[in-house]
Amino acid sequence: MDILIPILTLGSLGLIFGIGLAVASKKLSVEVDPRLEAIHGLLPGANCGACGGAGCFGFAESLLSGKASIDACRVAEEKTKEQIAKLLGKKLEKKIKRTAVLRCNGGSKAKDKFIYQGIKDCVDANLVLGGQKECSFGCVGFGTCVAVCPFGAIKMSEEGLPIVDKNKCRACNKCVLVCPKKLFSLVSVTHNVYVACSSHDLGKDTKAVCPVGCIACKLCEKACKFDAIHVIDGSTVSLDLARDPEQVKRAEGLTINPEQSRRVDNLAIIDYNKCTSCGECVAVCPMKTIISRPGLVNKTGS
Amino acid sequence: MSIAQFLTIFISAVFIYNVILSRFLGLCSFVAISKETRPALAMSLAVMFVTTMSSIITWFIYRFLLIPFNITYLRTISFILVIATFVQFVEMVIKKISPPLYRFFGIYLPLITVNCAVFGVAVLNIDMFFINGKAIRGSFYYSVFQGLCVGLGYTLAMLLMSGIRERLDFCNVPKAVKDFPLAFIIASIMSLSFLGFNGFRF
Repeated sequence: MDILIPILTLGSLGLIFGIGLAVASKKLSVEVDPRLEAIHGLLPGANCGACGGAGCFGFAESLLSGKASIDACRVAEEKTKEQIAKLLGKKLEKKIKRTAVLRCNGGSKAKDKFIYQGIKDCVDANLVLGGQKECSFGCVGFGTCVAVCPFGAIKMSEEGLPIVDKNKCRACNKCVLVCPKKLFSLVSVTHNVYVACSSHDLGKDTKAVCPVGCIACKLCEKACKFDAIHVIDGSTVSLDLARDPEQVKRAEGLTINPEQSRRVDNLAIIDYNKCTSCGECVAVCPMKTIISRPGLVNKTGS
Repeated sequence: MSIAQFLTIFISAVFIYNVILSRFLGLCSFVAISKETRPALAMSLAVMFVTTMSSIITWFIYRFLLIPFNITYLRTISFILVIATFVQFVEMVIKKISPPLYRFFGIYLPLITVNCAVFGVAVLNIDMFFINGKAIRGSFYYSVFQGLCVGLGYTLAMLLMSGIRERLDFCNVPKAVKDFPLAFIIASIMSLSFLGFNGFRF
């Protein structure tokens, strides 16, 4: 008999609470769109924030509410994007994959102007007289881009330059934003020729500090059959991007980020609207500044 | 029932027998969520709410169910049952009323279910305010107040800890002790200093 009382008491307690919770869960249930979970599951889950949302979950929510477009995700594979677009009942615009390229080839080849012994971080090093390199435009080489890359696509070479693995790079733009020298830009994988220098110094000044910098000799300009590469003269020429939408468009063709760089002088700049990656300029460049990206010569146009 | 007794409960629950630093209850959340002040404060508020409410409910369960049927030995299991149910209910309510808050609490809200501090308060109330199976005068008010004060003590410890750890982020500490090892060292030093309150006598 004695055992019955505790069993009954606890049993009824449990029953009451159970029923109470069941009722509460019915009454207080929140309607969740099943697509939300599905989309969140499909998204890469890197939470990189490149889309502008608060992580992948926030992005999924804004996708559902129609505030964002799936194109904004720079990370997801084309296949998953198509799946998500299907879930949302929308069509996906095809975009050519882009990868980051470093517009500097100096590294250990470029001279140092002093010995830097501070925090091993490019942003911090850049605060000290613009970094320890003699070339004020070049890579400082502390690998902040390596640390910031969410996909492990960037590694430091023995020459002290970051190397982008184009297979791992998802063009999330993080390295572009973090680099204090603004050396990265996103170039579509179909274009594999790029100028690996960002120096706007006069040719002789560049040559004094770096054996591989662009000296603005214009040999590439003459060699190009497609009028795709140009060296703009003058020390003060700059695109007035703030006022002229035409020039903004042009800058985009030159893959210059309008927010980043306004100077275009004394440097060979390729217009990717015209460039066919024929490699003439690579062959003719006396400083070996213009580089054909390895592994990208066979055009994967997808 | 007098002001002095409430004051004693307050000082002993918050300082002398601080739930984390002297009784060593609820340490998991203390170490896990004290990295930044905002989540620490949110967790503390949630714990304070749950300890207070569970003090009320467990008092009624004990007084009107366990004592009359003479089954006080079942207090552990029944209290756990009550607290778990209550936290589940709170979770549902928050999910309904404020989804951002719900996402902010994340895993921590369900964790309160098994937070020993909450259960500890319930048992402590029974031990302190029931003598020989009978509720002392005003024991209900004492219980509720003690629940609140233990929550306050938890908040105090959490805020102290998170404040210290936030500042430690800017310090150059050896890699080996970074984060959790350092948190344990700080916790022990804080616990030692709270030992000093033991000298208080009323």
